[in-house]
Amino acid sequence: MTTRTLTMLVAMGAAMSALASGGGDDDRDRRRDPVADRIYVEECGSCHVAYPPALLSRASWKAVVGRLATHFGVDASLEPAMGAEINAYLQARASLRDTVDGDGRTALRITETAWFRHEHRPGEHGLYRGVFEQASVGSPAKCDACHRGAAGGRYGEGEIRLP
Amino acid sequence: MRPTRSWLLVAALLAGPAWAERPADFLARFEAEARSQDASFAASASRGRQWFESRHGEDWSCSTCHTRDPARSGRHQVTGKAIEPMAPAANPQRLTSGRSVAKWFRRNCRDVLGRECSAAEKADVVAWLIDAGRSTGEGR
Ligand code: HEC
Ligand code: HEC
Ligand code: HEC
Repeated sequence: MTTRTLTMLVAMGAAMSALASGGGDDDRDRRRDPVADRIYVEECGSCHVAYPPALLSRASWKAVVGRLATHFGVDASLEPAMGAEINAYLQARASLRDTVDGDGRTALRITETAWFRHEHRPGEHGLYRGVFEQASVGSPAKCDACHRGAAGGRYGEGEIRLP
Repeated sequence: MRPTRSWLLVAALLAGPAWAERPADFLARFEAEARSQDASFAASASRGRQWFESRHGEDWSCSTCHTRDPARSGRHQVTGKAIEPMAPAANPQRLTSGRSVAKWFRRNCRDVLGRECSAAEKADVVAWLIDAGRSTGEGR
């Protein structure tokens, strides 16, 4: 494992404990804003699982939240005040590294980042070519098709079921 | 982090008015709004049902994600995520929050019609959702 992946995983772990319902002692933000997680899951978890904030950079989240009215083919628009709060929530928990797509542009998807493609490359951990096209998956963005704890922000190895 | 004040603002936005709204309140509100444009308007569940199942110029109908039976669970056409039933008779959470109703009508109407829905369209569809699952779906 490279240092880069390790850093990423550590950052992710922090964000995931923030997402988990219990809330850890080290999670100052959560204690100060007890409704934060509930709002994020309610607003960003109705059409798909609420994605972990630490898997995209600040610039990526800003771009995603900045164009919710045309969000991957659907209208996911929010009232401006709510959009601003969701953006603040994501900015505070975003990855500190740039997340870019294959062409080096600010990524709008977790699934187009180099990290995701590396972590989910065929031939590793039981993943195979075409796994994302299986009927029960359909899209790499459907994290919960394999990660059974995804709705609660848990992506550990112990909770994976491949189709 | 942001000051607690702004989260309180959002909490207030989410909570809406202190009293919970009822499905009939939305029917009355949309019907009254439609009547201000056409005094003879009366909401019709059977018209709402037909409208719910039809396409309106774009690729999807309401039933694409919500199925033709609002008392049953649906599935998001793109993400595949399950959607709880739309009919209040089958899901008491539905049509009880003005913020949620306004938000989803805005989004879903733009996706299905390419524009916002009129008050008359909303009144009809709310009449249909209230009816669905109560009877065997005959409408009125
Ligand atoms: C109205 C439905 C809807 C809502 C609400 C919604 N999304 Fe999405 N989102 C989608 C769809 C559809 C996709 C595309 C899924 C696919 O390609 O399989 C998507 C994809 C995404 C992706 C890219 C996933 C990937 O890595 O491929 C991100 C990031 C995302 N949404 C963030 C958000 C955030 C943040 C919010 C809350 C502000 C939100 N979504 C709310 C429908 C929605
Ligand atoms: C087709 C199944 C599948 C889908 C869909 C999928 N993953 Fe994974 N994911 C895996 C597998 C398999 C691994 C490797 C686990 C291991 O290291 O043993 C993995 C690893 C991970 C890891 C690293 C976990 C660790 O402990 O090392 C994260 C984080 C992760 N995925 C997030 C996501 C996110 C976020 C999505 C959706 C945007 C997603 N995955 C979609 C199968 C999937
Ligand atoms: C692309 C999928 C999709 C389509 C098409 C769609 N909806 Fe929805 N709708 C959703 C999702 C997702 C929700 C939120 C589900 C939840 O809250 O669990 C929703 C929620 C709603 C709600 C909110 C109910 C409440 O009490 O808050 C109403 C009303 C609604 N839809 C009506 C419609 C109507 C009318 C149409 C057709 C014009 C339509 N929908 C088309 C996906 C869709």
